[in-house]
Amino acid sequence: MNSIIRRGVLPVYNNVFKATCRSFAETGIKEKIDQIVKNNKVVVFMKGVPDAPRCGFSNAVVQIMRMHAVPYESHDVLSDENLRQGIKDYSNWPTIPQVFINGEFVGGCDIMLQMHQSGELVEELKKVGIKSALLTAEEAKSQEKK
Amino acid sequence: MLITKINNNAIVTNEYSNNKLEVTDESDGCGAKFSVLIVSDKFNGKPLLARHRLVNSVLQEELKSIHAFTQKPLTVEQWKAK
Repeated sequence: MNSIIRRGVLPVYNNVFKATCRSFAETGIKEKIDQIVKNNKVVVFMKGVPDAPRCGFSNAVVQIMRMHAVPYESHDVLSDENLRQGIKDYSNWPTIPQVFINGEFVGGCDIMLQMHQSGELVEELKKVGIKSALLTAEEAKSQEKK
Repeated sequence: MLITKINNNAIVTNEYSNNKLEVTDESDGCGAKFSVLIVSDKFNGKPLLARHRLVNSVLQEELKSIHAFTQKPLTVEQWKAK
């Protein structure tokens, strides 16, 4: 009797247990990302770190941020496989880097570059109270002319 | 091979006239790095993020095997202005 129960119930129990563990891991990373992007005005998920990006696209985003002198928090997805997959699921976006402003996904490298070129980025930063260094430089120039 | 695949998919634009699709293989032969210029009426009134998402959704399967993908989605008007 005992063995029947064990044979019949244990595999089911085991499967349920595994499934629960998996979903715990998923909710865990989702909540963690939620916290990260909501507690910081600007967040960049990238490959490598700002001082040593390990991918051209991540480097491009770092350079754009530097040009605008944006304070941001960065997270290296290469050092955390859970985060690497988790962030893709979180934003439903297939690639790294990913930029979040005010808790919202803004885009990857292409979008940042295009927003930088169109001037949209300056406006988006303004909305969250960050003044782009490019804007400051422009104002200084027009002051000189006066 | 991948280029053909991308072209076949036509990034949803072929059903429309006056569209432009330029696929550049930047991979030096390994076929995993692409840059795509897409001009389509489908992007009218759509913010940048929505345009990128549209292209990503069409290329969902292909993107799994592409390592680096750059896209520039433009409306017909934006393209003419260039």
